Amino acid sequence: MRYIDDTVVMKRMTKRITFNKVWKSLFFLATTFALVTLAILLYRIITQGFDYLTIDFLTNFASRFADKAGVKAALIGSLWLMAVVAPVSIIIGVGTAIYLEEYAKKNRLNDFIRMNISNLAGVPSIVFGLLGLTIFVRMLGLGKSVLAAGLTMSLLILPVIIVAAQEAIRAVPNEQREASYGMGATKWQTILHVVLPAAIPGILTGSILAMSRAIGETAPLVVIGIPVILQFLPNGLLSQFTALPMQIYDWAKRPQEAFQYVAAAGILVLMTVLLLMNSIAIFIRNKFQKRY
Amino acid sequence: MVSQKENKTSSVQQLIANSRNKKTKKIVEKAMPTLLFSAALISILTTFGIVFTLIFETFEFFKRVSITDFLFGTQWLPFSGKEPLFGILPLIAGTLKVTLIAVVVAVPFGIASAIYLSEYASEKIRRTVKPILEVLAGVPTIVYGFFALTFVTPMLQQIIPGLKLFNALSPGIVVGIMILPMITSLSEDAMSSVPNSMREGALALGATKFEVAIKVVLPAALSGIIASVVLAISRAIGETMIVSLAGGSTPKFDLDVTDSIQTMTAYIVQVATGDAGYGTTIYYSIYSVGFTLFIFTLVMNLLAQYISKRFREVY
Amino acid sequence: MVLGIKEENSIVKSIHTAIKPSADVAKKVVYDTRNLNLWYGDHHGLKDINLSIYENEVTAIIGPSGCGKSTYLKTLNRMVELVPSVRTSGEIVYRERNILDKSYTVEELRTRVGMVFQKPNPFPKSIYDNIAYGPRIHGIKNKKILDEIVEKSLRGAAIWDEVKDRLNQNAYGLSGGQQQRICIARCLAIEPDVILMDEPTSALDPISTLKVEELVQELKKDYSIIIVTHNMQQAARISDRTAFFLSGEVVEYDKTDVIFQTPADQRTEDYISGRFG
Repeated sequence: MRYIDDTVVMKRMTKRITFNKVWKSLFFLATTFALVTLAILLYRIITQGFDYLTIDFLTNFASRFADKAGVKAALIGSLWLMAVVAPVSIIIGVGTAIYLEEYAKKNRLNDFIRMNISNLAGVPSIVFGLLGLTIFVRMLGLGKSVLAAGLTMSLLILPVIIVAAQEAIRAVPNEQREASYGMGATKWQTILHVVLPAAIPGILTGSILAMSRAIGETAPLVVIGIPVILQFLPNGLLSQFTALPMQIYDWAKRPQEAFQYVAAAGILVLMTVLLLMNSIAIFIRNKFQKRY
Repeated sequence: MVSQKENKTSSVQQLIANSRNKKTKKIVEKAMPTLLFSAALISILTTFGIVFTLIFETFEFFKRVSITDFLFGTQWLPFSGKEPLFGILPLIAGTLKVTLIAVVVAVPFGIASAIYLSEYASEKIRRTVKPILEVLAGVPTIVYGFFALTFVTPMLQQIIPGLKLFNALSPGIVVGIMILPMITSLSEDAMSSVPNSMREGALALGATKFEVAIKVVLPAALSGIIASVVLAISRAIGETMIVSLAGGSTPKFDLDVTDSIQTMTAYIVQVATGDAGYGTTIYYSIYSVGFTLFIFTLVMNLLAQYISKRFREVY
Repeated sequence: MVLGIKEENSIVKSIHTAIKPSADVAKKVVYDTRNLNLWYGDHHGLKDINLSIYENEVTAIIGPSGCGKSTYLKTLNRMVELVPSVRTSGEIVYRERNILDKSYTVEELRTRVGMVFQKPNPFPKSIYDNIAYGPRIHGIKNKKILDEIVEKSLRGAAIWDEVKDRLNQNAYGLSGGQQQRICIARCLAIEPDVILMDEPTSALDPISTLKVEELVQELKKDYSIIIVTHNMQQAARISDRTAFFLSGEVVEYDKTDVIFQTPADQRTEDYISGRFG
């Protein structure tokens, strides 16, 4: 006697196969949801903002009137911000990653540092704003300056850079280090001449992506109290400034409908900057694919 | 003997012996670890900075407002001149409404996409979809906020007639879209790391891909999936710009999602963009709210770490 | 005591060189290992090793996997120290100094003792920069001298003709066998006294292996070479002396002909005749 009745199995089989097909299309539809949303979002912003995206828009300062408003101060301000964030966060981030990957022994302090970094990555950006407001703006008396905002943003993206740099350093095979030690190189020489050159593409890619997060981040700037209507460009690290997302936030909040289009145009500028940075990151990633 | 040895040590060895960088080499070698360690200390200092800032300023706040009123008060009216009320529950309610809606949107879509990408999609589709998800994850939140306010809210208003301009629904949905890539990619990682031998075992018995996905892969990857959801919740709780733009600024302690709300983050933004002077109770209140927010996200992050560590499948 | 032996040796040597230039006793000791013990944590990796390695010879170290042969090799330039929990006792005297003494800096030791690894591991830099790496880190910056060193080293590793027209190309573009010879050239660039080779041909095809073996024969005129190998035929082909390691001990150490033809120990014979390992 057979326990399995073929007719029953076959009857269920059709049902099971249909089930599989139906669910497959459901899963596929769910996947397209994200893609469709992105498409709508981009379409909306392009159609809304394109008409306002003129040369004047790029060269004008902010204004009370929608048709005279421009992003000059915000765009230049964002670049100033990056000029602080890039060196500070990359030096500290890569330094930390080298320490953790090459020097840190297995002990409690270093475990704590690692755990701390992953927790820091989960702290909301607005809380970093509160930190910046208290420490940099008030305690150190830097005011609402490029430097204060830049340092705040640097701390915010530090965990991202550390993790990216750690991965890049870990990807350098140990044989490379051995080869260098075998020549009588010291540890630091090995790191400087062998490990870092091999890890630099990965570090750069991660850093640029982190930087593009910083350039679009608004909440910390709001909390620090970065002004929006500025009629001048920053002239130093301690100068006041405004930034693209800040400017967009201000426009988006305004009740007049015309400012919505201005905001959309501002978003287009921001997204172009982001697209540019991401393309550079992808270019570096592809150009220096792993060779081991 | 000595002369023979000299012959053996070549000119290059002699050049090396003569090169004068020995001393600097030694100093650099000693100094670098310390220097790099101090870089690593900055991340710890940041955490201490955050914690102490929040604690000190919150302490200052509790000198003026009783802690029980803060924790259990159901009204948050900081700007009502004579008798301001600082009960945080309405802000928490606002935050949770948005978070819950976001989860309802993001979890089914996120996990379904993860299943599709990990179990059904061809390599080619995967390679097209994943970068698009990365783009979606890289869109600044201010852009999402603008999208919520100018597109999602008007669209929803056509479907739900009573919907206010500022409400919980629209920012909730958009926050859901924002955290979706995170859930998808982390869950997909968890599912992809389920070894193929497990799938093959089930497929060889005649199981359909759907049965394999639900009965084999999903249970095996469950801890990773749950951890991804918890992390996404933490992100939703701390999300600021979307709720500031589309959520409104009326803290209410109820379950209505069609009316204007205020989240913890939106309150901080409201005060920061207003003109509450330094040293006022309102000024200190943003730290007490920030502290509450910090604890919420910290608990979520630790929970996610605990889940992914504790229940990590060992294959 | 130490000095006594040495002097005695050199006297014996001076007598013998006059009569019999190729005599065995004429050879000078490069490495003298005395009662070397090594532990990885609790694991006793090397047990009471006593071994003298002679100048301008190829010394082969053979034995089954995990017998400690690679560990011993890496003790000779203290690369074992890269493993965190390693402890040693005893001494290894290299050119009259105990290298296990902490006052002997590893960098100095490794400048005099070069190493070639199991897997070719050139740096992802140009061929030129690979060879110039050693001299540069040791402070030689003069371009003309570097050029000379690079050419000399590449010639020394018998690869100059193959790469002289593409010195600026990435070393990863070369074949495995060429890469390994680049690694040997890189090692020659600082003109070391001893070259340690850790199964240098195990990742190579037969033809590349042959080239490296010929090269080793060539190099022994100027260098003392210690080679760890899995391949017994290789040891028989290229070495002057062979040490057979088993479970962290030296079972037998003698001239290669003796080891392969009339081994004294049964275990050596079993291993060589392929009965285990």
